[in-house]
Amino acid sequence: MNTAPATYDAALRSRRALINKIALTLSLVAMAIGIAALVWILFDVIRFSVGALSTTLFTQDTPAPGSAGGLRNAIVGSFLMVGLATLIGTPIGVLAGIYLAEYGARSKLADGTRFVNDILLSAPSIVLGLFVYAVFVIRTGGFSGWAGVIVLALLMVPVIVRTTENMLLLIPNTLREAAYALGCDKWKVIMYITLRAARAGVVTGILLAVARIAGETAPLLFTALSNQFFSTNMSEPMANLPVTIFKFALSPYPDWVSLAWAGVFLITLGVLALNILARVFFHDDQKR
Amino acid sequence: MAADPSAEIATGVPTRASSSSPPPQRIEHSATGDILFGWLTRTVAAFTFIVLAAIIVSLIVASWPTISKFGLPFLWSSNWDPPAEQFGALVSIWGTIVTSIIALVIAVPLSFGIALFLTELSPKWLKRPLGVMIELLAAVPSIVYGMWGLLVFAPIFSQYIQPLLSNTLGHVPLLGELFSGPPLGIGLLAAGIILAFMIIPFIAAVMRDVFDTTPAMLKESAYGVGGTTWEVVWNVVLPYTKGGVIGGIMLGLGRALGETMAVTFVIGNTNAFQGISLFNPGNSITSLLANEFAEASPGLHTSALMELGLVLFVITFFVLSGAKVMLARMGKAEGKK
Repeated sequence: MNTAPATYDAALRSRRALINKIALTLSLVAMAIGIAALVWILFDVIRFSVGALSTTLFTQDTPAPGSAGGLRNAIVGSFLMVGLATLIGTPIGVLAGIYLAEYGARSKLADGTRFVNDILLSAPSIVLGLFVYAVFVIRTGGFSGWAGVIVLALLMVPVIVRTTENMLLLIPNTLREAAYALGCDKWKVIMYITLRAARAGVVTGILLAVARIAGETAPLLFTALSNQFFSTNMSEPMANLPVTIFKFALSPYPDWVSLAWAGVFLITLGVLALNILARVFFHDDQKR
Repeated sequence: MAADPSAEIATGVPTRASSSSPPPQRIEHSATGDILFGWLTRTVAAFTFIVLAAIIVSLIVASWPTISKFGLPFLWSSNWDPPAEQFGALVSIWGTIVTSIIALVIAVPLSFGIALFLTELSPKWLKRPLGVMIELLAAVPSIVYGMWGLLVFAPIFSQYIQPLLSNTLGHVPLLGELFSGPPLGIGLLAAGIILAFMIIPFIAAVMRDVFDTTPAMLKESAYGVGGTTWEVVWNVVLPYTKGGVIGGIMLGLGRALGETMAVTFVIGNTNAFQGISLFNPGNSITSLLANEFAEASPGLHTSALMELGLVLFVITFFVLSGAKVMLARMGKAEGKK
């Protein structure tokens, strides 16, 4: 830097340094805005829901306007539908992920599946709701818990396929070769060696998929709809937290709005906890 | 390569091991198990194609009554009148496109700044926590954004930000038209802003990941000839990762087009077109579906809503395919290195 070239231009140099400083400051501001948005939303969710949180949330059903109540039916309905959707979506997603990582590789079917899967991963969930309405709700004679389960399972599958494939591909081939050398069948190698080795990653994917569907509202409007009463009958419309929040938040009744905030608190807490749990779980496993 | 067992495993070609040494009955047993398991996984993978095809076919079938009655003008007629059985999609298509564009205009520079911060500026120990916090913005369910947007953001927006905008940008010729009208809080602009924060994590995550793929040597060379951080990012990293960045932006656009609950809460939900001001309330395809579908009478009304869903699916399909192609090209270029 001591031997400045003949064309050394102090003004240009300081202007470049200034532009750099401005750009980097703006980058810092962008980061701050992103973090501030998250903190602001979470802070408000806590602030508005804290008055509505009580044990009656879990012991009483959604009330008529003007009377006290809780969210028991909605919470139970959400758990039931998300749980059943997980039971259906997990094996489908994991098997398709196994196909992509262990069998398909770069075949046409595998490449096509990856493409379609990525489209479905980002496709509007509301369209999937319309689809289940058209092929299931109309045919079975009305909104039902099962229709909700189907649409939630469909929304889960692409997430699980994606993560399962990625996690299986991380497993070193030497591990597979060692198992083959012992005379292991391919399906046993997959089920007992590679899938087991990739367990943490696959579970992470499932947790993230559950987190994704737990807050889904739009597709449930066309499938499970909602139910004012407690019901575990999967063939009937079923109460669930997201649709109840939607209905209550837009209502003119203060009781309902505060119940909606309580519901928002429960969902946000659950979804963020699942996300953080998934990351911690995976991170710890990677470190081991 | 042919002798490499890992290639055999990866491609699924049966390994020679099974045809040589083990006892005969074991081969038989293993072959059945392997074939069954292989076909099971293949069938399940093919299931994704069936779902995609079924979505398209079922939506076309369900919207056939309006497709055959109104034809293509459905797309540019602005008359949406369920009691009169007149249906046109223009207002909701306009709302969907305008809110998505607003979201991109806000989200792209912010995401770029965030990705720049995470890849070039952040101290190493802060990278992960900050990255996770941005990812959590995507994890917050859309209904939470919606309720917060309606009950917290919209009042603040109408009281402070909208008057500010109409007093400043509102006086600029031409552009001013977009920022005129009464400050209602809810409307197209509010919906676009909320959408922006929902898609920032998606765009920022892709940008961060592709920025990280820039070879260190390339960046070091640029620093070596005296480039500032900004110059290196703008003139070296960004051109190198162009395809991935565009892919990430299109991915964000795909998300914005299909987002439902947040938009439904804040867009204002009116089917009448009230001028080009972004302060006006409106409707998007998704908000119209969310509001009217459950109460729609079977027949033309339901069919028109189904057709809207079809239009939305077709648009997002092309946007997401574009994103996928751009990102795949990026991955290939990387593989060649």
